[in-house]
Amino acid sequence: MSKEDTTYEVPIGPIHPALKEPFMIKFRLDGETIVDADPHPGMNHRGIEFMGMHRNPLKVIPLSERICGICSIVHQHMYTSAVEHAAGIEPTNRARYIRTIMMELERIHSHVLWAGVAAHEIGFDTHLHFTWKIREKVMDLLEDISGNRVNYSMWTVGGVRRDIPPKMYRRDFSPKMYPKIQNTLEYYEKLYGKLEDIFLGDPSIRLRTRNIGILTKKEALELCGVGPTVRASGVKKDVRIDQPYAAYGDLDLDYVIPSRFGYENTGDVFSKTLVRLKEILQSIDLIRQCVKQMPDEDIDSEPKKAALLNKLKKADGEGIGRIEAPRGEALHYVRLKEGLEELDNWKVRASTYNNLATYAPMFLGEQIADIPIIAACIDPCIGCMDRAEIVEINTGEKNSYSHEDLHKLSVRKTKDMLGDEL
Amino acid sequence: MKLSKTFDKALWVFHLNSGSCNACDIEIVAAITPRYDAERFGIKLVGSPRHADVLLFTGPVTKKLKERVLRVYEQTPDPKVVMIVGNCGSTTGVYYDSYAVEGPVDTLLPDDAHIIYVNGCPVRPENLINGVKEAWLYLEKLRGDDK
Repeated sequence: MSKEDTTYEVPIGPIHPALKEPFMIKFRLDGETIVDADPHPGMNHRGIEFMGMHRNPLKVIPLSERICGICSIVHQHMYTSAVEHAAGIEPTNRARYIRTIMMELERIHSHVLWAGVAAHEIGFDTHLHFTWKIREKVMDLLEDISGNRVNYSMWTVGGVRRDIPPKMYRRDFSPKMYPKIQNTLEYYEKLYGKLEDIFLGDPSIRLRTRNIGILTKKEALELCGVGPTVRASGVKKDVRIDQPYAAYGDLDLDYVIPSRFGYENTGDVFSKTLVRLKEILQSIDLIRQCVKQMPDEDIDSEPKKAALLNKLKKADGEGIGRIEAPRGEALHYVRLKEGLEELDNWKVRASTYNNLATYAPMFLGEQIADIPIIAACIDPCIGCMDRAEIVEINTGEKNSYSHEDLHKLSVRKTKDMLGDEL
Repeated sequence: MKLSKTFDKALWVFHLNSGSCNACDIEIVAAITPRYDAERFGIKLVGSPRHADVLLFTGPVTKKLKERVLRVYEQTPDPKVVMIVGNCGSTTGVYYDSYAVEGPVDTLLPDDAHIIYVNGCPVRPENLINGVKEAWLYLEKLRGDDK
């Protein structure tokens, strides 16, 4: 095993601006080639499940959305639907549609955000600024509906706390009567072609994303990856279709996999970008369907919160909330015990937890300069994921690449490749 | 400590996520992208604490990150200003009763640290820009002369 002597270890993180979140991966390198990748989570562990088990079920709602600030709707929805499941409470139909609209709006903002981050990682900061600029439009809409840009606090057990006011959606009249939602959707439809031109058509981006970070269909199935990460490999897996929740049962949607659009299901970074972009279009379509079908009804089936708390205290049982988050399938488990005001048990399983395992085959055999884009391509969300306490502290300080170095390497690789081509 | 006159012209900022939920971090990035564009004031995010004048801490400081927070604070050259972004950094906020939280940030830093609090959960980009303005005023006061 003389080969082993030539390898060395490069720890990335936990404080690392490329990651935006405290997380650590130890890479074992042979020259420029990665031979092993070893993720070390646990830096962002805040003990949220523990805190949830010391608060009453309604107080946990604001806590649940603060698991992660990008997917706050996702966690709120999973938590409230798990409690509803456990206590046998049904949300009203209108609440289901409002929830669906909000979740799809969040998917648009999350995917646009990801596209910007991915462009930044390979050295196209113009695209970062472009995508973040167009993202502000959906943030405005979310703020108009919920009152806050992030962490919306809109969900409650039995429904939602804020209606989408009639002025915004009146369906019997021309589309101009629900200007905000309609305008926003039209804005994204108009810009979608440009996004596709940038991320799928641009030859220099294609060079950096094609055949890099490949996850085969077999590996995707074996490692139980979720969401766009495995749909890019051709795995048909989407909770919205497999086990519809909220209003998705009434809507018309199909799996977004590259082969549907005439591309190959290669599972590289390019396919992952493609899937995410196509999902923006899908979300626009779903919101349109929701607005058309939304019934007039109360938004909350349990308007008296004191009575609801009492009901939850008497409830006994366990519930599961499952959702297709922008990053893939995620799940909350809640157990309520009769006579206990707090939650008896609460377990969160976020999508990044599954997708982290797919790092290993994607990194192997790639170059250091490709670390940033491959790390970003599963859209990792460490805030969501760090539930488990892992007692192992990084002591290695050797050969540490700073973010600047990594970024420079990545940018230089883009330039080199362009030089070869042009 | 007296500051030099050039210090408050262009602030270079190092952002450290000390266990936050991402929301503030995303809003910080939103603040430097075109809609809010804090970079037009000369504010720039840098990749190393050794280049920074201002440290941004977001989050209530988890157990594993406590040591890193202190190390990054020490690595930043004097004079420096700490901006605590978000409610959980300044009071631990919604995470107040957790076993894994060591914060709030100001209880960990030395007594003579210069701290600006930017509140909100998460902070709005407008408030963040206001926070930077507060930092400037603070630094002007530190400089001692009345300009």
